[in-house]
Amino acid sequence: MTDVSVAIPAKPLVKATTEPRWVRYSLISIMLLFLSLFLLLPLSVVLYGAFEAGLRVWWQAVTEPDAVAAIKLTLFVLVIVVPLNAIFGVAIAWAVAKFEFRGKTLLVSIIDMPFAISPVVVGLIFVIFFGSHGWLGPWLQQHDIKIIFAVPGIVIVILFGTLPFVARELIPLMQQQGKDEEEASLTLGASGWKTFWYVTLPNIKWGLIYGVVLCNARAMGEFGAVAVVSGRIRGETNTMPLHIEVLYNEYMFTAAFAVSSLLTGLALVTIVIKSYVEYKDERKHKTA
Amino acid sequence: MATVVSRTVIPGFGLTLGFSVFYLSLLFLLPVAGLLIFTLQMSWADFWRAISHPQVVASYKLSFGASLAGATINAIFGSLTAWVLVRYRFPGKKVVDALVDLPFALPTAVAGIALVTLYSATGWVGQYLQVWDIRIAYSEIGVIIALTYIGLPFVVRMVQPVLADFEKELEEASASLGASRWTTVRRVILPAILPALLTGYALAFARALGEYGSVIFISGNLPYRTEITPLLIVAKAEQYDYQGAAAIGVVMLVAAFLLLLLINGLQWWTNKRNGGAI
Repeated sequence: MTDVSVAIPAKPLVKATTEPRWVRYSLISIMLLFLSLFLLLPLSVVLYGAFEAGLRVWWQAVTEPDAVAAIKLTLFVLVIVVPLNAIFGVAIAWAVAKFEFRGKTLLVSIIDMPFAISPVVVGLIFVIFFGSHGWLGPWLQQHDIKIIFAVPGIVIVILFGTLPFVARELIPLMQQQGKDEEEASLTLGASGWKTFWYVTLPNIKWGLIYGVVLCNARAMGEFGAVAVVSGRIRGETNTMPLHIEVLYNEYMFTAAFAVSSLLTGLALVTIVIKSYVEYKDERKHKTA
Repeated sequence: MATVVSRTVIPGFGLTLGFSVFYLSLLFLLPVAGLLIFTLQMSWADFWRAISHPQVVASYKLSFGASLAGATINAIFGSLTAWVLVRYRFPGKKVVDALVDLPFALPTAVAGIALVTLYSATGWVGQYLQVWDIRIAYSEIGVIIALTYIGLPFVVRMVQPVLADFEKELEEASASLGASRWTTVRRVILPAILPALLTGYALAFARALGEYGSVIFISGNLPYRTEITPLLIVAKAEQYDYQGAAAIGVVMLVAAFLLLLLINGLQWWTNKRNGGAI
């Protein structure tokens, strides 16, 4: 009698399309180490630095007059920049996604340019355009209009720097959605605005929200370009990032981190919204 | 209905395209042209002197070298991150995935002071490196760290979707034909993600080249040693040397434009690859 029935306990086979456990765990560990070093630690150091001395000190730092002026200026810039770039984003996405025309590829590539241009060069471009030695400088001086080293210059460079964000979110989204729904709505007699309002806008809502939030975060954080055109007049032309720089250079680290913590909070909110938008998008694809 | 309607019923073409082109021209094309024309007014000798001053050349070397180093670190660890996020399961994965976008959302000045605080001689990380006599803050390594940080999301976000869409059947085929796992990864998976990887690499490099805020704090800005090119532009602009600043600005603008062309080409290649596979 041979013992055929006894199965040889074979070594558990590693599936052909995955890696051995030790490889998996090492790769996960390396990644977590890398991301902790570059993402988690900087984040922690900001929050630690801001709240180390207690909530009262934090509150004093963010309510001190120069900080309040910087926060107010930053919010003022946002109110102008974000709606304008959102309108631009929707308009260009509509043109690109719903119509065929010549030069479309070129147009889309031009939107990418502000991504690639150094913020410092952006600032320089406008100093040369509006500055006292620049193109419009003499004319502006005659009419007593100040753009460089004043608020309008800050608004313009941030407008330039955050130009692509809403557009970059909406163009692929609207291209993917096509134009069938709008055509149906229009054929049934709805007006163009009504179609946009009731058909397109609900479809692009989450992409638009993320684009706006990202534009918002980048507008608040814009630094290099603003540094060139602002002139750093305390309480007047310092945005929040410039105020942080001033505080840091004066060795007021706790205050610098306190103001930074506000921007960090905003960055975290931005990331949460992005994850939520992606989660919604995934669910939509699964149900579809 | 047999008639083919060539005209679409959708309205607003003139309005949206007109507005977009107007907005882009006013805010973008006109000012950029202004910079170019301003530079053209310089004599060639002046222009050349401005862009070839030894201090400026030292800054090109640093900016170019450190950006390349940062992008290379990101290409390696970014593809690894994308791979782990797509293929493996571990607790907290969603949070880790979301955090990858932090360098996009966190203002560069905040990142700058955070990094210098971490890596200075008394910082959380710096104090341990100090023991080994390694200095990161106020050295070239500090610049590389900042530029790695700023480019971190690009490779991950380019490679991740390509890996997620990758057909497992190809790996199975490779394995059943006798290839080892490593060979499959190297010969089957890597070529598939290569265009996306290179696009991410180029994007991270382009972003790093122009970066200012996160670098200037940790670099210490020592002339000829840790001055990046964007810093020199700011310095010249602050001294009202607009011609000198504009000349260097044009060099950076040309570099950015060439990189953008390269990126567009790579993206076209990526789409072709993926389009062909599906």
